[in-house]
Amino acid sequence: MFIRNYKEEGIKYVLFFISTLTVVVLFLICLFLFRDSLLLFKEISLMDFLTGKFWYPTSVNKQFGLLPLLLGSLLVTVGAILFSVPLGIASAVYISELAHPKVADLLKPFIEILAGIPSVVYGFFGLVVLVPLIRETLNLPTGQTALTGSIMLGIMALPTIITISEDAISSVPSTLKQGSLALGATRWQTIYKVIIPAALSGISAAVMLGVGRAIGETMTLMMVTGNAGIIPSFPGGLLDPVRTMTATIALEMGEVPQGSDHFHALFAVGSVLFIITFLINLIADSIKKKYRFKVD
Amino acid sequence: MVDRLKKGYIIFTLFVLGLVFLGIGCTGSENSKDSFPAKKTSSENAGAQEITLKGSDTVLPLAQAEAEEFMKENPKKSVSVAGGGSGVGITALIDGEVDIATASREIKAEEIKAARANGINPVEHAIAYDGISVIVNPQNPVSELTFDQLRGIYNGSISNWKEVGGEDKPIVAISRDSSSGTYEYFKEEVLHGDEFRPDALTQPATGGIMGEVSQNPNAIGYIGVAYLDGSVKGLNLNRGNGSVAPSPENITSGAYPLSRLLYFYTNGEPSGLTKEFIDFVMSKKGQNLVSEVGYFPIKK
Repeated sequence: MFIRNYKEEGIKYVLFFISTLTVVVLFLICLFLFRDSLLLFKEISLMDFLTGKFWYPTSVNKQFGLLPLLLGSLLVTVGAILFSVPLGIASAVYISELAHPKVADLLKPFIEILAGIPSVVYGFFGLVVLVPLIRETLNLPTGQTALTGSIMLGIMALPTIITISEDAISSVPSTLKQGSLALGATRWQTIYKVIIPAALSGISAAVMLGVGRAIGETMTLMMVTGNAGIIPSFPGGLLDPVRTMTATIALEMGEVPQGSDHFHALFAVGSVLFIITFLINLIADSIKKKYRFKVD
Repeated sequence: MVDRLKKGYIIFTLFVLGLVFLGIGCTGSENSKDSFPAKKTSSENAGAQEITLKGSDTVLPLAQAEAEEFMKENPKKSVSVAGGGSGVGITALIDGEVDIATASREIKAEEIKAARANGINPVEHAIAYDGISVIVNPQNPVSELTFDQLRGIYNGSISNWKEVGGEDKPIVAISRDSSSGTYEYFKEEVLHGDEFRPDALTQPATGGIMGEVSQNPNAIGYIGVAYLDGSVKGLNLNRGNGSVAPSPENITSGAYPLSRLLYFYTNGEPSGLTKEFIDFVMSKKGQNLVSEVGYFPIKK
């Protein structure tokens, strides 16, 4: 009996240790990220960094303006969401509500394969196929645009959005659906007035995770968006090249002298990215809680 | 009984885990002991049968070819080569991680300062010439640019091909990322203190520039002459003394305005295997390899 208790306690502590390890890792990442970014603000003011319009990290008059990079990231992400959310939710509804079970079983593995393709392969595909296509069909000076990045990101976010939305839709209690149909609602009315509202918490979580994936994506964007550090307009800027925060870090981290302003500026960009994804997660969480309460 | 067995199993697992961590700790400290003498590199590494090179992606194909040939002749000696960019190589030399840093630009004053602070004394060895070719799509009728035009195209004051004698089409200027030695060189030689136009596309590799220029009739980019092939058109450049083609003779004679030297940097005067390798690169055979790879020998 005693031995058993010790064993139980032992396992508890081992598991406690392992789970706190994640917290420690997160804490250390924050610590190093913020420590190095704060060093930048000894040299330039926070306002100059946040509102600066030019990113010239290696010139004589160094300028570390976050604005073009931040807006570039946001533009590409918004474009990706506009593209992938309707498609993703429509596919999820089709797979879970309308498709013949055999068709659904056939479609699902393909969607999962889509999620397994490495981002550099997406980037290569975008560069070779989509970039020339966009330049020729839209008659643009170059095909390396925010739109190209948005489409690629949208495709990459689709599996996340479809799988999680589909889970949410499937887990709507069948009593709700049957009740709706019994009251004389058509299938379509049931889907958009009963099932989708009931699954909204899961669908929102899916969208937020899609946003998270999109804003953190690096390789694909570096290959297809052209990386021009200009402040994009909306929506016209979708047809211009943009540079995202992630691509900037990836492009410049290789050569930057350690401990220089440029080095700290890249860490500061990383911190901004971190804070944004953190906020997105918080929002996703709060949406989830709010809607769950309603359905229950 | 079963409980006891399980308990024994858990204790055993913990014991093994403990050993693993202990092992990690030991190897960690051994590694740091091993790498410490490497901080003082070449002079003390005289007897070493293995050296490492790191740095410029421009020098990379050349350094690899030289290393392969050198190792074929000296099977017991090992030369490993890595890329990453000139700055990466020089940083590695400063940190004492490599024996030779390869660079497509001269070492910067601040890098020399950082090296001295770390007890490293960088010594320069020029090994070959390289030329930067300005490329456009083969469909583009423009085949020559003056330096002022080139500067205008890259600082943003010229944005249409008709301003430099081409068709009425927007110019899409393509640049390398700021970690490329070619970027720094181009900025210094062509822009003379101006900034690159902010809407210039930035490509992480020469392949990206080649890809875009070969597809896009509006594009202009710059690459090492070694990468020039039929899919793009290398422009003649005019720096005030006539139009000069990016040909081998013009690059080694210095007539072509965008030719430059490629360097090896060592800590102090090279000795041991490092010296042997550099001597090999400077030998007739080594310099022949330079031409084979597509650069231009420094010794005739």
